[in-house]
Formats: sequence, C-alpha cells, structure tokens
Amino acid sequence: MQIEFTTEELQEVQHHISKYPEKKAALMPVLWMAQKKWGWLSQDVMHYVGELLDLPASHVEGVATFYTMYFKKPMGKYHIQVCTNVSCMLLKGKELYDYTSNKLGLKHNERSEDGMFSLEEVECMGACGGAPMIAVNEDFYEYMNNQKVDEVLDNLK
Amino acid sequence: MMTEYPRIVLPDIPDLHKIEVYKAHNGYQAAAKSLKMTPDEVINEVKASKLRGRGGACFPTGLKWSFMPKSTDKPKYLAVNGDESEPGSFKDRQIFEHNPHQLIEGILIAGYSMNLKAAYVYIRGEYHKWVKLFQDAVDEAYANGYVGEKMKSTFGTNFSMDIYVHKGAGAYICGEETSLMNSLEGDRGYPRFKPPFPAQVGLWQMPTTVNNVETIATIPPIMNMGGVEYAKIGAPGHPGTILFGVSGHVNKPGVYELPTGIPLKTLIYDICGGVPGNKKIKAVIPGGSSMPPLRGDEIEDVLMDEESLKKYGTHIGTAGVMVMDEDTDIVAVTLRIAHFYHHESCGQCTPCREGTGWMDKILKRLVAGEGSQKDVDLLLSICDNIEGNTICALGDAAAWPVRGFIQKFREEFEAKVKDTRVFVAPNVVHGKRLSHKDLVFKV
Repeated sequence: MQIEFTTEELQEVQHHISKYPEKKAALMPVLWMAQKKWGWLSQDVMHYVGELLDLPASHVEGVATFYTMYFKKPMGKYHIQVCTNVSCMLLKGKELYDYTSNKLGLKHNERSEDGMFSLEEVECMGACGGAPMIAVNEDFYEYMNNQKVDEVLDNLK
Repeated sequence: MMTEYPRIVLPDIPDLHKIEVYKAHNGYQAAAKSLKMTPDEVINEVKASKLRGRGGACFPTGLKWSFMPKSTDKPKYLAVNGDESEPGSFKDRQIFEHNPHQLIEGILIAGYSMNLKAAYVYIRGEYHKWVKLFQDAVDEAYANGYVGEKMKSTFGTNFSMDIYVHKGAGAYICGEETSLMNSLEGDRGYPRFKPPFPAQVGLWQMPTTVNNVETIATIPPIMNMGGVEYAKIGAPGHPGTILFGVSGHVNKPGVYELPTGIPLKTLIYDICGGVPGNKKIKAVIPGGSSMPPLRGDEIEDVLMDEESLKKYGTHIGTAGVMVMDEDTDIVAVTLRIAHFYHHESCGQCTPCREGTGWMDKILKRLVAGEGSQKDVDLLLSICDNIEGNTICALGDAAAWPVRGFIQKFREEFEAKVKDTRVFVAPNVVHGKRLSHKDLVFKV
C-alpha cells in the first residue's frame, strides 16, 4: 500500500504546523489525520508521519502508543465503545458491556473477522449524565439498555 | 415551588451557540469593555470576583493571572483545559455546545489582561463532536473579526491574539496542567516537575497560564456585572455559580448551574428529583472520582462549596456529583475507581505506576472473596506510600478515594474478607520495610 497524503491533505498538514511555534506540536493532529485516512497507525504510517514532521520514528511511536485513541492495530469499520466507569457501572454499564460483548462475540480490543466491528471497554467518556452510554466511532448513544444496543447495532449492518 | 437560580455560564437562551444570537444578548460587550481598561484593572476585577478555578484545585484565578511576568518580550500563552476526563465530570462539553462564544470572549479578556500571543484550547479526543462544534464557533468568531488580526479594528485597540483548538487522544493524565502542555507540544503526556511553574516556564518554555474551560467562560459575566457583584453570589469563601454534573442513582441526572454553597440534599432531592425507587443514599462522591466520598448519613447539612466540603474531609473537585443508593456494592465501586487510575497512570513515577496496580489487584481479590484480613490495611499502607510521592496529583487522586472509602465503609471491606485466607508475604525483606509492622504475615 502506498502511504502518502494527497496534495490537499499535505496542505492541511501545513495548516496544522502553522498553528504552533514548533513543528513537533503538529504531531497529534497529523496522527489524527493519518488514522482517519488509513484506519489505524501501522509502523509504516508512523514512520511516514515522522518524515513529514522531521521527527525520529521512535518519538512518533512513543507518542502514538501513549494515547489509547490512536489504534495500533486495525479496528472495525464500526468501533463500539462501552463505558463501564463508575457512573455507568452504577446503572448497569458492566452488564451492558457483557451483553454487547456476547452479542458481537468479541472481547476487549478485538475485531470481527469481517472487519465490521471492534469492541472496546472504555474509561469515562464524559457522558455520565446519560449513563449508561456507548459510542459508535465518534457518536455517543446515551441512556442505553440491551434493547437499545440491539437497535443501534442492528442498524449498522 | 422551585427557586430560581442565576444562570450566567449556561443561560437559558435558545441557539446561543450562534454568533448572531450571542451578539444580540450582549455578546462580546464584556471584551469591548475590558479592552478599554488597563490589563491590571482587568486582573483586579477578576481578583475582586474571588473566582476560584473550576478544574478542581480551586486556585484563585485573578491571583494566577497576576503571576504572569509583565516585562518580558517572550511570547506568552494560555492553555484552556477542556480535557475533562475525571469520571463523573461532563460539564465543559455543555459550554462547547451551548455557549462557545462566551468561552472565546473569556479567552480574549484573559489574553488582553496578560498580553498573550495565543490560546490553545485542549479538548479531549473522545469529544469528536464538541471539538467540531467549538472549532466552528472559533471560525465564526474569526470571520466576524473578534479574533486574530481583525480584532484590532473591531475593538479599536493594538491588541490581537489567536485561538487554536487542539484535540487530545484519550489520556486522563493530560488534564494535569503540565502534562497537557507536553501533550500540546507533541510529546507523551508526562507531567513536569513544579517548580518552575507554568507562569515562568510553560508551553515551549514560555510563560503560560492554564485555566479550566468553565473558569474562562465565567470571565465575561464577571466583567459585565463587576467583580464585587459576582462575589455576592453563593458561598462567600468560594463564590459564584458552578456547573454541577450529577450522575448515578438520581431521577434526573444532568448538568445544573447553581450557586456555590447549595445544600447537597437540595441538589439531589429538589433539583435532581431524588433517588429512583425512593431508596436511601449510601454514598455520594461530591467532586469526581478522585475525591473522597461522603456517607449517606452525613450529607444532611453538607453545603456544596470548597470551604464547606473541607470540613468533611473532601473537596468540590470538578463538581461531578455521583450518587449511590443503598444497594451499591462499595467495594466494587472502589475497585472500579482503582482500576481506572491503574489504567491512566502515565508510568513516570514508581509509587503511582506500581501502587495503583497493587491496589487494583488487591481490590480484585477482595471483590472475588479471596482477600485476607490484612488486605484492607495493606491498601491503606499503599495509599500512604503513593500520596505525596509523585510528580503530579494523579497519585493523590488514586489514593484519596481508596482511603476515603475504606475509612467510611470499613465494615463493607471486612465483610468481603475470606477468614480462612492467610496472607503469605512472598518477600520477607520487603515486608519488614513496611511501616505497618503487622503486615508481615504468619505462614
């Protein structure tokens, strides 16, 4: 696979660089761009980002592996995140996670064989008032129960 | 009848996130007023308001601003902390969604008073939608000439600054101010030693102030009404309004803007509609998961401000109130909190990196009914060895809730203990080093 940003994307990289006094600071936004384009951050992608920003590959890998939201392996087209932290746990978030896990046949950070789904037991997402909550990719779904999880997941297929 | 409370950070105005609506409601007038004052006058107004930071530490905002060096040619920065990762806390996202221009206006006022070059708003990665919403508001403010070079002609001054949005990527630690700065600079989010404090050596080694989103969003109303007027709202020692995020076992969870010093029972029973099934309350965490809990039988007279909560050995924190009813398994909750801090420890300091893991494991075996009599004291001993021995406050944040829950609900922990279980210290030398002598176990 050819790992290269398009001309427009490279302009966006330049825009991110221009926001900060030092080039290195553009690393997080550019890693976000890379993850959006390639779905996850392979070693090759990380090295490419490093070249773009004049950073050693070790630094890029160090940063990418520090933050949990940068995927270091391929994830599903739909990444299902279920919160089990305190506020959600008090309202059966753990049971909801177990239900989702059984339904998808996936464990924490696993991806289905067809590449459609991946599951993650996440820490607090900042939606405690809508507990228990799940997120599908970037979208939050609040006040969930088993039936609503069925509805959300079945509509994704 | 419900009492009417002042709402100044999240007023009840439809479509306030649109710049026309915001302008029609006195928007950007506080900035116009402030930019005609001298920077010191602005800081003095904020000092007079007695505003204390809303990110958890309750540091006086005006005082913090006055720490920024004045006679320097170096560029100075503001980092606005919207990392909001404390479990139980979900207030800042309401500001990004419903009142983003007030936050932008607050940034301009802060920027003028400290003569800043730029502000970086750090928003947690999970808030994809709110990063977009806030970026849209910033773009709108630029297009209308309130931010950037154009603001010179809009406000008729020589001052201008830029505002940038920076998206995190899932790390609780980045809510710690020095970790946030490292993250902004494109590094791993490791906290830095203090001193030097950010006001001397911050972002890119330049003087920097770090403020919470809610703190900055409170600035425009303060400038409009005057600091002295603002200081009259709520509790005298910790005045103003606070966004309380209430979650857990209440009928109407959500974010409520209320004056400080409001009774906790009013908040739970009148505002949030009480506990489902009219159950009794077993425990309340008043300010996000790192704050020690209150027992259900001690909340009778509790007032929700920093000075009042201190008397109960806890803090207002981020005002993330988590309510637990009588059926809650306290040990399981403690395990969930300990597991969170283990997951989020950045790994830089040994007491936190190892200690949070030990607490996680010990609590797991207690919950599984495999714990020994000594485990409860062992947990307290670990808390003592983490607290105060780490670079940043995550260590303390991990120790406080575990110690707090054990102190207030010890009987629940002891009820989980398996009597026949005998703790065998795998390393006798290590056992002898512990301060609690009785931690060396009989085989």
